[in-house]
Amino acid sequence: MGLENTLFESLPDIVTVNLDALINWSRKSSLWPATFGLACCAIEMMNTAASSRNDLARFGAETFRASPRQSDVMIVSGRVSRKMAPVLRRVYDQMPEPKWVISMGACATSGGVFDNYAIVQGVDKIVPVDIYIPGCPPRPEMLVHAIMMLQDKIMKESVKDRRDTFEPESRVSMVPGTLPVTEGTALEKETEIEVSQNQVSRPYTIPSRHERRKSS
Amino acid sequence: MANTDALLEFVEKLKSENASWVTDVKDALGEVTVIVPGESINAVCEYLKTAQGFDLLADICGADRGPEEDPRFEVNYHLFSTKHFNRLRLKVLLSEDKPNVRTVTNVWNTANWHERETYDLFGVIFDGHPDLRRILLPSDFDGHALRKDYPLRGYEPYSMN
Repeated sequence: MGLENTLFESLPDIVTVNLDALINWSRKSSLWPATFGLACCAIEMMNTAASSRNDLARFGAETFRASPRQSDVMIVSGRVSRKMAPVLRRVYDQMPEPKWVISMGACATSGGVFDNYAIVQGVDKIVPVDIYIPGCPPRPEMLVHAIMMLQDKIMKESVKDRRDTFEPESRVSMVPGTLPVTEGTALEKETEIEVSQNQVSRPYTIPSRHERRKSS
Repeated sequence: MANTDALLEFVEKLKSENASWVTDVKDALGEVTVIVPGESINAVCEYLKTAQGFDLLADICGADRGPEEDPRFEVNYHLFSTKHFNRLRLKVLLSEDKPNVRTVTNVWNTANWHERETYDLFGVIFDGHPDLRRILLPSDFDGHALRKDYPLRGYEPYSMN
């Protein structure tokens, strides 16, 4: 994240190569997946993480975070519908670097049996994927194996490759025919009009604590 | 086979109220289907709800008989009564050129989302509906997905295959 980047820019290459090993080791030892289940593969994912038989904690990846801001790896577990695609992309964009994506199962990888208008034919059309897992659904052992492969991959990376870039690409990135997902509710339109007229939107009648502090 | 006498009584009551409300009656598999002309569906529903106690609209669904059929679309209304526990089906036939039918949201509020779904997937337009938007498919979707002539993989450029 932020610290390594500034540190590494100020250091010579010899030091960074040695530091890479340390930082990569710490990164691979605590991979935190995002809690993001889409379909039946998610059941296998839960089984991998939360059952004593498979026990993903052995590999440091058992801490599923409910917020993408705290996650390192997104396990796309299941078929991604067209309507879900912008949401998935948004979750990916909200994750801070370093971040990785595992495409779990046949549906996430290629659309699987759902070769129709409703399902995205492979999640790699929306987000960059690091590891693909075959299977319908994959066994928990395969997910464990994928995470171990991801850890091997992390060990080969350099910290210089992984940094938060504020490229406009992540803001405007758009799969044809998926965004915007809705025309917007009446409330959203109202807020838009209010913002354009420079008015402050006040959905709550009671001011929040910092507002009260400001006014007093 | 289930006895449909109780249901046919409601059809007789409909006929005696207004003879033009009932085009045809089908009695099959223990279920009674009343085919209603499209312009009078609102009045029929209002009458069945207020006078005959059909207070629950279980479902509205569309059907596409295929592009070659003349009344191409049908809209089915499944009514249920929580008072006398009878089920009745109303059916409206619509042509492809003018798939318009009057909304029944003023009779049952639950018709709102059912009609949006029927509009979304079949392109049946419900006149007078307060908020006729897509409900299941993305809002920029091209076409109506459950029509028989809709390609399975969708139209370009929406299709990413």
